[in-house]
Amino acid sequence: MANEVILLDFWPSMFGMRTRIALREKGVEFEYREEDLRNKSPLLLQMNPIHKKIPVLIHNGKPVNESIIQVQYIDEVWSHKNPILPSDPYQRAQARFWADFIDKKLYDAQRKVWATKGGEQEAGKKDFIEILKTLESELGDKPYFGGDDFGYVDIALIGFYTWFPAYEKFANFSIESEVPKLIAWVKKCLQRESVAKSLPDPEKVTEFVSELRKKFVPE
Amino acid sequence: MADKVILLDFWPSPFGVRARIALREKGVEFEYREENLRDKSPLLLQMNPVYKKIPVLIHNGKPVCESMNVVQYIDEVWSDKNPILPSDPYQRAQARFWVDFVDTKLYEPADKIWQTKGEEQETAKKEYIEALKILESELGDKPYFGGDTFGFVDIAMTGYYSWFEASEKLANFSIEPECPTLMASAKRCLQRESVVKSLHDSEKILAFAYKIRKIYCV
Repeated sequence: MANEVILLDFWPSMFGMRTRIALREKGVEFEYREEDLRNKSPLLLQMNPIHKKIPVLIHNGKPVNESIIQVQYIDEVWSHKNPILPSDPYQRAQARFWADFIDKKLYDAQRKVWATKGGEQEAGKKDFIEILKTLESELGDKPYFGGDDFGYVDIALIGFYTWFPAYEKFANFSIESEVPKLIAWVKKCLQRESVAKSLPDPEKVTEFVSELRKKFVPE
Repeated sequence: MADKVILLDFWPSPFGVRARIALREKGVEFEYREENLRDKSPLLLQMNPVYKKIPVLIHNGKPVCESMNVVQYIDEVWSDKNPILPSDPYQRAQARFWVDFVDTKLYEPADKIWQTKGEEQETAKKEYIEALKILESELGDKPYFGGDTFGFVDIAMTGYYSWFEASEKLANFSIEPECPTLMASAKRCLQRESVVKSLHDSEKILAFAYKIRKIYCV
């Protein structure tokens, strides 16, 4: 039976970007469907009734939800090329730990950077920088988080980069000056075809965030 | 080289319980070390510098942190018996999804039940039951979340099952009438040898919960 793969997604989502990259790393043909999050499709609500969120990966009619779970699923189903998780159990545990760290810490911190102002934003900015520094320290001298090969943690993190100019604009700081090695890693990742094809233009993301910010921070 | 396995843990922790159960499911010999969370050992701080939390599994000197990450690691290293995750990728994705649901939707209300009182506790109770009902619906007619066999989601839930009695007493409610089939599965899990050996009795947990409430001035 031919593989039918549909991805329900929203273009600026740093979570959707993970799944796009993983599918492209594996050379999987898929149908990308843009969701309007203010008017979610019946398919989205049916395929992710618990959280009603994107991305939703639908493989031969069966849904897989949560981006980091989708990346693991993609790696396991299309296991013949470009392994995403390492084969060694200890290295896998480390990769999962760091992807989980990104999900637990980075999302909430970055949200404060663009969706708040004043003291709350300053505190958010500090947290955000500290988290990026922790990640930069984990990267160390390695070309990618997993070592020589692009993998799981790189995929988990890279989408956030498209939001960096928005963070810098609204919280008035330079991310590169805080974490130069991390930015060097970003540039390396952007040269990868799966990444370049899956990430939106950061300028467009900044415009989008600008509009969104108005809802949270009336000027 | 013989395996050396150390578990840094804290006896009432519903997260530590998960690691203990997984090790026992696999028949792994391990050294259990009790941590005093108000005076964490240098080893804990060295092995989990990011979160400084238990449980930490130290396998031949190398640390693995975060309870469900520890469980997956144990499943992959000691893969010869009692598989914890299913072998089918789709079933694995479903198991991971439900564990994520357990950790995101049960955790906060469960905590608030024993850390708060009055209206805040009532709200927590409602959210907790709502989440348990969703889990019960997912369980359906199966004896375990894993189907016929005790697995990944059951291990995640057993930590919470061990706190059921304490939660019920603290917030004055009963889970069984709300979620009878989930309770039946819980009882089944709580009778499993690896679980019995890994849990302290509910009286001790309740006494601990009351002690903590005093600290939170509840």
